[in-house]
Amino acid sequence: MLIRPKEGILDPQGQAVERALPALGFAGVEEVRVGRVVELEVEDASLLDAMCQKLLANPLVEDYEIQLVDP
Amino acid sequence: MKFGVVRFPGSCDETDALLACRRYADAEILWHGDRDLHGVDAVVVPGGFSYGDYLRVGAIARFSPVMEAVGELAASGGHVLGICNGFQVLCEAGLLPGALLPNAGRRFLCRQVGVEVVRADSPFTRVAAPGQILSIPVKHTTGRYYAPGEVLESMNAHGQIILRYAEGHNPNGSVGDVAGVSNQAGNVMGLMPHPEHAVDALTGSEDGGVIFESLARVVDAADETGIRADLVDDAA
Repeated sequence: MLIRPKEGILDPQGQAVERALPALGFAGVEEVRVGRVVELEVEDASLLDAMCQKLLANPLVEDYEIQLVDP
Repeated sequence: MKFGVVRFPGSCDETDALLACRRYADAEILWHGDRDLHGVDAVVVPGGFSYGDYLRVGAIARFSPVMEAVGELAASGGHVLGICNGFQVLCEAGLLPGALLPNAGRRFLCRQVGVEVVRADSPFTRVAAPGQILSIPVKHTTGRYYAPGEVLESMNAHGQIILRYAEGHNPNGSVGDVAGVSNQAGNVMGLMPHPEHAVDALTGSEDGGVIFESLARVVDAADETGIRADLVDDAA
């Protein structure tokens, strides 16, 4: 699951990274947003959405994406 | 009247909250794993780093057994006060609207701020004067209050903004300078500033006492008359 701040919500962490990259010589970087990745193994992938809604993300302020990878 | 102060693993302000409560009423600590609220009249969910702030501030604490009982107390009209991490927990639990996000300036903040009493008729601010500026410290990294526009409008319409940072004192980028909010029924309030650290002149301010004194008076009045004082005054 990829979880990141919703569009339009100020992301201070992303801003800090955005300012740090040019300082290291990486030019042309915009719209940095920092989120988090939750990796897990699950028997029933249909539960993942409910997991995000209820615990892993706060849908009021965060968007999430679910990516399934076969072992 | 008796306060209960919740202790989660990682709480760190529960002792100050307990001592602040005891200035105005009885108070005892409630353990996070305990579903029994021991007959307390009101609950304080204190500051700290419940469950290490893992995943998201307040996200894990809201599922602890004690929070189930706190939710039931709130649903039955009992008073619940969330301070700092406690405010974050109450938002995550859905007992209060909105969410707390990382400070706009990214840094941990620890400073005395002016907090304006917007509503002096709430059960949490009853002994304050409308517009009074309370001097109370903040200390947090994740204190930027946020609610979507339509939620904020509804909160304004229902008088749920109880406290704002005084002009020029918003430390964290909170929307509309919001420092403390209540639920629609008015019996649950959360705030980022720490009133429990401002109850003795020795530490710079006694202004935080009004929060605990207000609550103690409202509950005591309800005990004597069987009528909630806050509801009586609202009707008048």
